[in-house]
Amino acid sequence: MRMYIGATGNISPQHTLGQSSLPAELAEYNTSRLKCIEPDYSKLIDVKYIRRMSRIIKMGVAAALRCLKDAGIDNPDAIITGTAYGCLEDTGIFLQKMVQNKEEMLTPTAFIQSTHNTIGAQIALLLKCNGYNNTFVHRGFSFESALLDANMLLEEKAVNNVLIGGVDELTDFSFDVLSRFGLFKERVTSNLDLYKTPSRGSIAGEGASFFLLKNQPSSNDHAVVEAVSTIYKPFDSNEIKEGIQSFLKEQLISITDIDIVITGRNGDEEGDKIYDNLKATTFGQASIINYKFLCGEYPTSSAFALWLAAGIVRNGSMPHVFINPEKKQVKHILIYNHYQMIHHSLMLVSAC
Amino acid sequence: MSENVYIAGIGVISAIGNSTADTLRALENHQAGIGPITSLDSIHRGRLPVAEVKYSNEDLGKLTGLPSSISRTALLSMMAAKEAFEDAGENAFEGLRTGFVSANTVGGMDKTEDFFSEFVGNPQNGGKLRNVVNHECGSVTELVADKLGIKNIITTISTACSSSANSIFFGARLIKHNKIDVVIAGGTDALTKFTINGFNTLQILDEKPCTPFDENRRGLNLGEGAGYVVLVSEKVAARLPKNCYCRLSGYSNANDAYHQTASSPEGTGSFLAMKNALEQAGLQPSDIDYINLHGTGTTNNDNSEGTAIQRLFDPNYPKMSSTKSFTGHTLGASGGIEAVFAALSISNSIIYPNLRLTTRMEAFPFTPEKNFLKNQRIRHVLSNSFGFGGNCSSLIFSTI
Repeated sequence: MRMYIGATGNISPQHTLGQSSLPAELAEYNTSRLKCIEPDYSKLIDVKYIRRMSRIIKMGVAAALRCLKDAGIDNPDAIITGTAYGCLEDTGIFLQKMVQNKEEMLTPTAFIQSTHNTIGAQIALLLKCNGYNNTFVHRGFSFESALLDANMLLEEKAVNNVLIGGVDELTDFSFDVLSRFGLFKERVTSNLDLYKTPSRGSIAGEGASFFLLKNQPSSNDHAVVEAVSTIYKPFDSNEIKEGIQSFLKEQLISITDIDIVITGRNGDEEGDKIYDNLKATTFGQASIINYKFLCGEYPTSSAFALWLAAGIVRNGSMPHVFINPEKKQVKHILIYNHYQMIHHSLMLVSAC
Repeated sequence: MSENVYIAGIGVISAIGNSTADTLRALENHQAGIGPITSLDSIHRGRLPVAEVKYSNEDLGKLTGLPSSISRTALLSMMAAKEAFEDAGENAFEGLRTGFVSANTVGGMDKTEDFFSEFVGNPQNGGKLRNVVNHECGSVTELVADKLGIKNIITTISTACSSSANSIFFGARLIKHNKIDVVIAGGTDALTKFTINGFNTLQILDEKPCTPFDENRRGLNLGEGAGYVVLVSEKVAARLPKNCYCRLSGYSNANDAYHQTASSPEGTGSFLAMKNALEQAGLQPSDIDYINLHGTGTTNNDNSEGTAIQRLFDPNYPKMSSTKSFTGHTLGASGGIEAVFAALSISNSIIYPNLRLTTRMEAFPFTPEKNFLKNQRIRHVLSNSFGFGGNCSSLIFSTI
């Protein structure tokens, strides 16, 4: 089932909201923690609701509403969100109070908004959208699972359009905990130089990327999502190679048709080996670009990659920050990402 | 697309039993699993009753082969998923694409709580990382998928109290779309201090055993457990050595879009979920022989659900009951556990009692069933799961 991207709404560590492609001015960070550039929410969300919303809810709702606004749609037929961590800030607030107050004097607000489906629920509530509503919370497959669900819904013709998003936030707590697992670099001079000196760990990121997907094309579509697939805990690199080959074969396309491969290279010397391997063996002559220096590493970052791909095929060429010697027309983009070498995902994005 | 999706295996663990056989016995004997808190070190011990699974983590570790130090959410999940897989005859699935679609609401929160108490004062060194490594909902799913040796499609859904109804729904669609041949679908949740305190702040916990759909109901009791069904396509069902329990004939998901935690007085979301599930199954309300109610026992849920049922079924009401009067509200596990109850209702021709019901709700003309009924003619069972965030899902199970 081809899914036509009618509009996007993307809040990220770059100036992406309201943009369909990557702006020329990139935001630079000198730490291993990239933070979303948040908009003036009062322009997108009714002020009386903003006060109660945590940061991830505001980011998710604002990105979703901006996407719908650009699509010219008041109410989508379905809302599907993917979030690995859910509403961490409210979870942390409630946990901390529970521990510090020894289970006394607790208030419900943080608990109520800590459930993983809060973002999708709040979007539905603001829109009065009674349609299908689902939330996938599967680590590095959260957004991919949401895409799979959207794909089936659109094919079932139960709906004509689906609002779908990948959302995750970093909090002080989560950054501290994930840092202790060694996921992030200790010293970072600039995110823009992420790939210059490979070392252990990546840079932490976050984001809220929404898309309006449809089963019928229209004149203003950004791009088409042709297919999505996942590989869980591959046995070795051959399983990934075979996975990529059969993924392309199923779409009746060969690697020579792919103009650009967007990879999830994140600067971690160990995790990046597979990208080197695939570049040498599998990706052929396609131009290879990376996206995590822009948004950082997080489990639903492939949603940012999809936004980037949609912008590139819509414009027909790569943004100038990427080197594109051939300046050829971009028709097909393959996105290959892995999250902590456990969750490997593939998306094929084409021009309309 | 495969026309029909069959239920080839079932597995359940809850406060009323550690297996399907135990569970059936408890249901027949009107034995609820609700009692004082014994496992959690909480200030609510002695005041708030809960529905605990009787096995300790050490027991569960031994029975499942998983380390007893991991989240109880994963241990409970493994118990029920393994039972379901074995019940269906796991050897029969060799060479087939097999998936695991699970659900839970707070992942490895039980262990995160241990971590957090030391972490809060000392973020750089406090708390053992092994207690937080499986905090994510998806990690709990993967611990079980890895143990079961499943890797084709693995995902996790979290839509509060409707989570595992949605995972069964999603699993069935994966089969219909030929993305997979066999799916173990359902959900799990362990009792945690996080959820007990959270629901306590909402003042919707009953200090006595709950009385769903009673005029004088006082709230819900939290429970824990896991429930899974093995879903297969028609083609796979035909090659299995034994008969399937039933078909999953209808499903629907709607959003109430009314309030983050409260249900609308008209029961908009629940009405839409039930109505659309009937349409999807090609059935009339009069075809339903039994409704396994969401029936939490809160004033708000039972009013809202009752109104939606009245709108859809009046004046001919099928038999109905809330089995949460046995198991408590197991949150992310409830849709899975109640799917197992629905499958057993059809295969064994039985209807479960709604315990402790003394005064019928004045607002409605119907009374939930108070007795365990045998030899019932049951062709279609409707199972409701409604949650925070307005997430409402209904499933319909039908005879083969």
